[in-house]
Amino acid sequence: MAKEKNGYLSARESRRISKENRRIMGEYEKKRKRKNVDENEYLTTMHDKNNAVEFDNLHSYFFTDAGTVKSVDGVSFNVPIGKTVGIVGESGCGKSVTSLSLMQLLQRPQGQIVDGEIRLNRGEKAYNIAETPQEIMQDLRGNAISMIFQEPMTSLNPVFRIGDQVDEVIELHEGKGKTKEEIRKQTIEALELVGIANATGVAEMFPHELSGGMRQRVMIAMALACHPRVIIADEPTTALDVTIQAQILDLLRELKDKINASIMLITHDLGVIAEMADYVVVMYAGRIVEKGTAEEIFYHPAHPYTLGLMASKPVVGKEVDELYSIPGKVPNPVNMPDYCYFKDRCEMCLECCKGEYPGEIHLSDTHVVSCYRYYEEHKEEAAQKVNKELMAIASMAAKNDKEVAEDVK
Amino acid sequence: MSNNENILEVTDLKKYFPIKGGMFNQVTGHVKAVDGVTFKLKRGTTMGLVGESGCGKTTTGRTILRLNGEKTGGSVLFNGQEIYDLSNKELRDLRTKMQIIFQDPFSSLSPRLPVGEIIGEAVKEHGLVTKDAYEDYVDHVMDECGLQPFHKTRYPHEFSGGQRQRICIARALALNPEFVVCDEPVSALDVSIQAQIINLLNKLQEERNLSYLFISHDLSVVEHISDAVGVMYLGNLVEYGNTKDIFKNPLHPYTKALFSAIPTPDPKSKMNRVILEGSIPSPANPPEGCKFHTRCKYCTERCKCEAPVQREVEPGHYVVCHLYDK
Repeated sequence: MAKEKNGYLSARESRRISKENRRIMGEYEKKRKRKNVDENEYLTTMHDKNNAVEFDNLHSYFFTDAGTVKSVDGVSFNVPIGKTVGIVGESGCGKSVTSLSLMQLLQRPQGQIVDGEIRLNRGEKAYNIAETPQEIMQDLRGNAISMIFQEPMTSLNPVFRIGDQVDEVIELHEGKGKTKEEIRKQTIEALELVGIANATGVAEMFPHELSGGMRQRVMIAMALACHPRVIIADEPTTALDVTIQAQILDLLRELKDKINASIMLITHDLGVIAEMADYVVVMYAGRIVEKGTAEEIFYHPAHPYTLGLMASKPVVGKEVDELYSIPGKVPNPVNMPDYCYFKDRCEMCLECCKGEYPGEIHLSDTHVVSCYRYYEEHKEEAAQKVNKELMAIASMAAKNDKEVAEDVK
Repeated sequence: MSNNENILEVTDLKKYFPIKGGMFNQVTGHVKAVDGVTFKLKRGTTMGLVGESGCGKTTTGRTILRLNGEKTGGSVLFNGQEIYDLSNKELRDLRTKMQIIFQDPFSSLSPRLPVGEIIGEAVKEHGLVTKDAYEDYVDHVMDECGLQPFHKTRYPHEFSGGQRQRICIARALALNPEFVVCDEPVSALDVSIQAQIINLLNKLQEERNLSYLFISHDLSVVEHISDAVGVMYLGNLVEYGNTKDIFKNPLHPYTKALFSAIPTPDPKSKMNRVILEGSIPSPANPPEGCKFHTRCKYCTERCKCEAPVQREVEPGHYVVCHLYDK
């Protein structure tokens, strides 16, 4: 495409891309900034009333000077009310961009939702986030959806006291007609909710006086201050120690039940996902390769990428001589191949994998995988070409499953 | 007193950092980063060092290599020789025998040097190979660490995280060391890349009979790679022994809590975990007696006033806790 043979762009080509990008981005920006938009443009209906969020064929692109980066390229999944959906994948696979699209927080103007719908359930109304204008979005952020960011060290403002930072959130979203004292009272309640013992004292402190775990609690308190229905937790425990991680995960689980919210949990730690999630979505290079319930994904992983991911993580209590490592690396996001994105790294690929990107195959009602190995007509060929190492992992998981089933009996 | 079997013997190592303040910049206190660490590392094996952030793992690693200035107390015997007694010249020669791989491959490589020079700089400096053999030697080291020799003229920013970590490993191994401190070498990497680096470290250990001190907070990685494990809490080594013993039968209450907090990739696993209350106390003002007593649920009166000493509960399994007094 845009890249020339030696891997560098010519100045002329680069100028052409920038010009084209400016035109495209200008159009999207113009559309976004309109005022007094008719409600019918962004109101929609949910396909299933029990879903809090529905992602439908979402495409989020970044228009960079080196070419268009298709960070999210056709992602569809649902977040049911009161459930936790875990999104796993390597860095750069589009996990965070998916969640930022839901918040409309993509780095503008380069980052744009190009196609698809994100339907957000707000009781009687349902919003299509992809079309919602800025003014309405401000009302949705915080009240309906909120986000816990990755690094508690950098997401808090170092020059304001904790209490003032939480106050600000409440004042913006629910502050109409409330006095300062009332808002502060609500702040203290929010801080107590996340298990901060000395809430009145902590409200007077600056972020640097708190430990990492405490800061993450403050971040959670801020996110929950206005009782959102959907919480996006973007690697909430990656920067924390295991013991603190256990505390925070427990807290999140407890709070979710208390306010019956849905959680979108983004992480690359399979252990955290297994513990927290009801549904799991595995992403690779901007697309979903496999999705299903946690049991299906962990006991019957189907896609070679999921298998590889599980085999490459050492697990406490399991002895292996050598860890499996997925060969090769993620394809260049500007120049995606037109066949299955994982084919070049896949040790179980078939003849037919040269064809276009595989469609979705339903293994059960909830378990969906994008791989040619599960097409009816290719099943025989797939059975012949298997990677023993990887299948061992899968069978180990299946054995686990049986043991658990026996335990239940 | 030392035998040839142990490449490294650390006895009661202490490292305090002064806190300066007040008028005339007086020393007003000390951060007790490492406060009594004792262990032995056998030749050709890996010792894992785990603990929460701020417990002194990295300081231990650096103090062993004499990278932190003078120690405060204790001794570090490397091949039976006290490292802190060496003169500067002797230490310089010893540097080729012990190396370190740093945590963050994005900030530990000079952005202004091509990769070949990063790897070969120390080789030239120490005169390990003749001038004619130099280029071939660097190629050979790069090849061993899974790098293409034609990458020699490229700069670090052109590489991905996994490749940069390989460059760091190549830089350390170019000097043909016997002992390498790996300070969280895989924490900054993705899972699939992690596996590649761990396998590489294992392969190199077999080929060159290396000894590693593997510092990490990821317990599953430590279990996979190490032969022995030490658990640190607030500058103390609270438990230390064979990997199997420690993971099958953790003795110290802190180790138990730490291990129960590891998330397992199994959605049905039962969660009977010990959750530690509160957070780690400040190392500048550690609690009296046993340092863990503020968060320990088996805490007794004795723990509050008397510091426990290291004792061997099973052969080769040491623990620092009053619960195991006979």
